[in-house]
Amino acid sequence: MTALVPLVVLVPLLGAALTLVAGRRPRPQRAIAITSLVVLLAIGAVLLWQVDQVGPLVMEVGGWAAPYGIVLIVDRLAALMIVVSAVVLLAVLVFSVGQGLADGDDETPVSIYNPTYLILTTGVMVAFVAGDLFNLYVGFEILLVSSYVLITLGGTESRIRAGVTYVVVSLVSSLLFLASIAMIYGALGTVTIAQIAQRIDELPVDVQILLHVMLLVAFGIKAAVFPLSFWLPDSYPTAPAPVTAAFAGLLTKIGVYAIIRVETVIFPGPELNPALMVLALLTMIVGALGAVAQADIKRILSFTLVSHIGYMILGVALGTVEGTAAAIYYIVHHIVVQTTLFLAAGLIEREAGSTSISRIGGLAASAPVVAALFLIPALNLGGIPPFSGFLGKLGLFQATAEQGDALAYALIAGGALVSLLTLYALIRVWNLAFWRSADAVEGDQSRLLRSVEEAPLSTSTVSGTRSTPRLMTASTAGMVAVSVALTVFAGPVYAIADRAGQNLDGPSVYIQTVFPSSAEGGELE
Amino acid sequence: MTVSLVLVIVMSALYACAVYLLLERSLTRVLLGFLLAGNATNLLIIIMVGEAGLAPIFDPAIAPEEYTDPLPQALVLTAIVITFAVSSFLLALIYRSWRLANADDVSDDADDVALRGGAVLIEAEETAPEASTTDFPHETEPQR
Repeated sequence: MTALVPLVVLVPLLGAALTLVAGRRPRPQRAIAITSLVVLLAIGAVLLWQVDQVGPLVMEVGGWAAPYGIVLIVDRLAALMIVVSAVVLLAVLVFSVGQGLADGDDETPVSIYNPTYLILTTGVMVAFVAGDLFNLYVGFEILLVSSYVLITLGGTESRIRAGVTYVVVSLVSSLLFLASIAMIYGALGTVTIAQIAQRIDELPVDVQILLHVMLLVAFGIKAAVFPLSFWLPDSYPTAPAPVTAAFAGLLTKIGVYAIIRVETVIFPGPELNPALMVLALLTMIVGALGAVAQADIKRILSFTLVSHIGYMILGVALGTVEGTAAAIYYIVHHIVVQTTLFLAAGLIEREAGSTSISRIGGLAASAPVVAALFLIPALNLGGIPPFSGFLGKLGLFQATAEQGDALAYALIAGGALVSLLTLYALIRVWNLAFWRSADAVEGDQSRLLRSVEEAPLSTSTVSGTRSTPRLMTASTAGMVAVSVALTVFAGPVYAIADRAGQNLDGPSVYIQTVFPSSAEGGELE
Repeated sequence: MTVSLVLVIVMSALYACAVYLLLERSLTRVLLGFLLAGNATNLLIIIMVGEAGLAPIFDPAIAPEEYTDPLPQALVLTAIVITFAVSSFLLALIYRSWRLANADDVSDDADDVALRGGAVLIEAEETAPEASTTDFPHETEPQR
């Protein structure tokens, strides 16, 4: 079974190589890309079942034992993330295939799109299974470099402008991460996460806090935690719809995943937990207020993405098993729902020719399927019972209430308020874009005329409407079905998240997984 | 652990210059800042080796403490490759930005500006950029 662990990295990487070879033949290229993601999903499902039933899997690459060689580790959290990511990446790929087929491949240069997308998948998988910090850094770099290519796809002016901000900010965070790896190596003489966890107590507390803060800042930029979230709403909305959907769903969550590893395995102490809780509250509120102020659906969704990162940080910051478990369930829910909403935004863009809510209307009548596909995840994200968003927030609030001090109750109040603000922002989209009649749109002209006259006014131009291919609608509907399934099967999914959280109750389980012979917390001879 | 003071001073100077350049609006300077920061970080990893020793080629006659720690060198090699690849991509982005918009600076987000002052028309920059914010020669005509 350990043979499956490197396969989650190798399958998308080999797929990328094959799609590159088949660059000039779109049909086999698409087939290879979809096949590799389906295989990845199957491997992920087997891994999740295996890890949940038997226990974590460790692969020592090249047969070198842990502190000297590189280890790949799949525990419950990693396996769960692999499965959810594979589902999301597959749905987004099918969506983009549908879009590419309909547009005759002139808008997205497909010959590099599929290989880059699969390399992004590889980077995501490396980050999930990495057992040492430097491997995690390499995983981040792989996914970031391919994301630089995807976010500037086509090289239009607005994408270059947004891409430059994104690239520079990501570079700074990567350098910070690299510098903290160097400091940790200097202080502890190792980059293997399990061995860092064993030795970290030998350091003075002030050095520990310094290293802790450096790692948190590096991952906080990637996860878009306030005040390091400024880059996200600027750079995500301009990218092509499927790219934005995959980025919004996955990339920030990998930052959160790394923060979970840092908080539970490397620095399990509670020193920075109150600070993280305050940051979580600020992330929630600032993101939600930003969402309320915006007029473009993609930007509204980007701001809600920032605000909901706050909920996950809140769960991690509690430092309890319940908090971590709730955060894990919330991550799973949010990856699925945020991707679905961005895919639905892509459908809106095709149907109405714009994503600016001041310019479109009457979509509920003209495109009822799109309306349903937007409304369900929107209510889900807003936390309306019985959807998974409600269950995730309930779990988080319960875990927070157990802490019981003033800060905890402030966070619960803030979280409930932000949930309502999210709902308000999304219902505003619903009312303006779907519910009002098309005649009520101010200065409504024929769409062609409007696109000619208003194009220079805004970055979100009305680019004319096109028919929506069935494949795009089908993949969005599939994601909506997955998000509803997270509600229907909330019991089993939450149980897995709970067991994953118990595995992360301090570093002992992680250390014993990597060094089975050593006593708990003891130094390896 | 003994470290060389000269290396620490060089690293600090590189970091200081890098932060200054990264905060500039000109993209070319941002790129230079990134290169300096990358080199400073590589230097930081090298500093973490401690006192330099013999080349790490195994010889039973030599005590293990005599060798230089080889791992940070492997890390630095990987980091150099990544920095090189990313900076060439960034250079391509800057060139593209220059070709498209005749702009070599980090521009404001148009949507943010529109939101701040109601609907504001943002003029596309048609003229050559100011001498203080660009490192490209002036006489070059923007090609579209």
